[in-house]
Amino acid sequence: MKKELIELRVNGRSHELALEPSTLLLDALRLNLQLTGSKRACDDSSCGACTVLVEGVPMLSCTLLAASCEGQEITTVEGVSEHGSLAAIQKAYGDWGGAQCGFCTPGFIMTVKHLLANNSQPTEAEIRSALSGNLCRCTGYNQMYEAIKAAIEAEQKGMAAPK
Amino acid sequence: MSDFSIIGKPIAMVDAAGKTTGAGKYTDDLSLPGMLAGKILHSPYPHARIKRIDTSRAEALEGVVAVAIGQDAPHTYGILPVGHDEYPLALDKVRYVGDNVACVAAIDEATAERALELIDVEYEVLPAYFDPEESMKAETDLIHDHKLRNTEKDYHHVFGDPEKGFAEADVIAEARFISNEVTHAAMEPHSTLAAFDLDQQSGQLGRLTVWSSTQVPYYLQHKLSLVLEMPMAQIRVIKPLVGGGFGGKSEVIPLEIIAAVAARKARAPVKITYTREEVFWAHRGRPRTIIDLKTGVKNDGSITAVKARVVQDGGAYCSYGVVTILYSGALLGALYDIPNIQYDGYRVLTNKPACGAMRGHGTVNVRFAFESQLDELAEKVGLDPAEIRRRNLLKPPCITVNNLRVQSYGLPECIEQVVSRSKWESRKGKLPKGRGLGIACSHYVSGAANSIIRSDMPHSTVNIKIDRDGGVVVYTGASEIGQGSDTMTAQIAAETLGCSLARVKVVAADTDLTPIDIGSYSSRVTFMAGNATLRAAQAVKGQIAAAAARKMNCAPEELIFRSDEVTINRVAAGLALTSRGEAPPPHNQASVSGRVEGQILRGSLQQKRKDEGPKDRMSFEEAVVAAIDFHGALTGTGSYAPPPDARGGKHKGGGVGPSPAYSYSAQVAEVSVDEETGEVTVHKVWAAHDCGRALNPVSVEGQIIGSVWMGMGQALTEEMVWKDGMLMNPGLLEYRSPSAVESPEVEPVIVESIDPEGPFGAKECSEGSLAATIPAIGNAIYDAVGVRLHESPFTPERVLAALRAKNNAKQINLTEGVDPTQPAKLREHGGALWFKGKGPVRHPLDPSRREAPASAGGDD
Repeated sequence: MKKELIELRVNGRSHELALEPSTLLLDALRLNLQLTGSKRACDDSSCGACTVLVEGVPMLSCTLLAASCEGQEITTVEGVSEHGSLAAIQKAYGDWGGAQCGFCTPGFIMTVKHLLANNSQPTEAEIRSALSGNLCRCTGYNQMYEAIKAAIEAEQKGMAAPK
Repeated sequence: MSDFSIIGKPIAMVDAAGKTTGAGKYTDDLSLPGMLAGKILHSPYPHARIKRIDTSRAEALEGVVAVAIGQDAPHTYGILPVGHDEYPLALDKVRYVGDNVACVAAIDEATAERALELIDVEYEVLPAYFDPEESMKAETDLIHDHKLRNTEKDYHHVFGDPEKGFAEADVIAEARFISNEVTHAAMEPHSTLAAFDLDQQSGQLGRLTVWSSTQVPYYLQHKLSLVLEMPMAQIRVIKPLVGGGFGGKSEVIPLEIIAAVAARKARAPVKITYTREEVFWAHRGRPRTIIDLKTGVKNDGSITAVKARVVQDGGAYCSYGVVTILYSGALLGALYDIPNIQYDGYRVLTNKPACGAMRGHGTVNVRFAFESQLDELAEKVGLDPAEIRRRNLLKPPCITVNNLRVQSYGLPECIEQVVSRSKWESRKGKLPKGRGLGIACSHYVSGAANSIIRSDMPHSTVNIKIDRDGGVVVYTGASEIGQGSDTMTAQIAAETLGCSLARVKVVAADTDLTPIDIGSYSSRVTFMAGNATLRAAQAVKGQIAAAAARKMNCAPEELIFRSDEVTINRVAAGLALTSRGEAPPPHNQASVSGRVEGQILRGSLQQKRKDEGPKDRMSFEEAVVAAIDFHGALTGTGSYAPPPDARGGKHKGGGVGPSPAYSYSAQVAEVSVDEETGEVTVHKVWAAHDCGRALNPVSVEGQIIGSVWMGMGQALTEEMVWKDGMLMNPGLLEYRSPSAVESPEVEPVIVESIDPEGPFGAKECSEGSLAATIPAIGNAIYDAVGVRLHESPFTPERVLAALRAKNNAKQINLTEGVDPTQPAKLREHGGALWFKGKGPVRHPLDPSRREAPASAGGDD
């Protein structure tokens, strides 16, 4: 298939890429931009490991054409850390055992980032519902709730999550 | 020993930031210049002879570099020395749908996929076996010619006098339990990158480097050496981050060898990453298990005898099968005091993907049966289910009737903890109809006392190097797979050396750099690699202490290493002096090297002058510099091998089951059952786990919760559904792993029994809790609605069927009288509900044709 020039705006930077029109966003990120934080784990949009934000909305990059995101602001897990330091949610996931093997973690971080951006005081039910599109096989999710609560607290205090 | 500075503190994993920022690299995130993509051609038939393979059309496709087939590496391997029955690519036969036939290495995945379609394979389809009890009767068309009756292995163990035991029993329960097949479904699909160096001398391919998602780098190196006929020293295996294992990466998975075979043929680096569907075909999960269990108890609740006949549907290859079937029998012991045990275990071959090791290896399904039956017996003798468990406790230290050595034993406290936290006494049997509580216990090994490759080598060896900068580098072969192995290693090293965690860098799981460790499986890492780390750190600490003692004019034993400082414990020294009644040894005896003053470098001489006079404290760096000046290099080695008295009995198969220590777990589950739909909801699980000592409570709790959660998946929703050797649900949407909304709160309770041999008293915490969850939920269902389920998972269909049977209502057979060729009336629903004998028209050679007389299988 003939390649076309596509301009992708990822984590605040523009990239001009020659891609086949059928290229998936996940492949463009992983193979063309070496942003390997977004993971492929299911091939059928059932696990959420490839979640990125497109214009602030969580999308599954494994079933999204790269070309369809042209001109839109894409945020991957690599764009979450703030000014070169861990964002509160990243710190809290590490401190509270929210990440074990870590393979699903980038997807969860993006999902939680979207949740907290739109709802700074989510209830436990809202958190569970928001996370239900992402699968984790290690944690049983319990420690993620602790991490999210800690991150919210830290955000309110305007500092990194305390232990 | 109770005050530690690093042990016992909740510590974030040392590699956490790489995981939360996306900077951490897993195998599929790696690439090399000139790297090719590998794709594997899988068998479409469950059992067939390969008559001809023609790869010429595929090879001619633009972008294809090489096509590898069986003849490119015609050597068998297998994880167990007794089970070398797999070829990387099939040589003459395929044995399951998904078996590996050929591999294309091409410039990208799309090209490789197109090339797969151009490979012509001619098969002669053979009758296939799908049901283990049918397969055990097979006389012709055996899956492996040398395995008669398609039986991989059978064991018949008798301990004590079971017949006498049953004669003494007042009540006997007997039933058949079935646990259906489940798989690990680790989030990271398997991935391997293999690359050869060119050798300067020969000008040909030289050393091989393999990056792979493996729990056992050393075993992979060993099997690569066998299949590629290369010396192990020419092979380097590196484990990058691994995205979950649960046992699924604890043996050599076909792609790990195929990538190397393809790289050799293509003379270029090759990376293969499985699709999710391929992960399901590669499998190696927990086998479908049929358990015929008979247990006898006296009226006081004490168990007199247990008899178990276990049949495991092992799939097409041996894998860990022999070990699995032995664990199923051996770990009937070491939880309760059972005086008489009879065990008959059969590991059977079928034409399905091989089963292997999965979290709680071999113990989980039998534990489900046993704990369910114990619940039933408690009711029959009129005892509370918690009480009958209390009445059958072991009295450690002891050796069980099947020769397992038990020392630390936190089970009694685990039971008390969950009973009190769940308010068991006041709520059990008193909840509203449809809601109930259930209790169950389980245990697991802290590492197998005997390694699968028989030898006298230590199971773990760890090296530590400290340089003048005060940085501590720990070299360990233990494999971090998300369970916290690297963090545990760093903690033990830092605690022992009295330095901060930030000083410690762990270099792990790289066969060129790290000493042999047999990997992350059977929950062995904390106990074995942890002990090796402890010993290595003590060795280095001894050297630092000897040098520091000279500077500080005291005996090495008087020094305290803590908070990055070395200080003299005058009080303790005084006490020690009086208690020993002798003076500390002269300082010149502290030297363990032959170095003399003249050889010390000028820089350190200046340092020495500056520091004239004895000190009463030194910084960690100063002490390290002193030690390096004194000894030369500062390195230490520690290793661990289980003690001989923990290695079990001499009977055939007695090597599996023994462990230097066992973890213990007790759980209470609270569930509700919808009697209209049969749906079970788990509201909460209280899980107490005896882990010896919690080195890192956050990690321990995470492992307990994760185990309980995975057990709940097996109890309620997870099941591999088969039809004629085809997996009906090879995806994460259909293989129903619980999501956040379906996952209950788990209250983890850490019980510390301080094991006498564990590092700082620690035992395992990652597997033992899983097995109790399934029977705890099953027993809670019984408490809620009065039906005892004998088959897992407890799907709404099974619960409803049990409820209707209890109420003497007519069974609902969804397929009864329905013509499956009319899809408007019936959606195909997997093996169990498949309409008997009325499937779609099948090819005459299709092994699943019911009328074919040679066919001995059928999984409905």
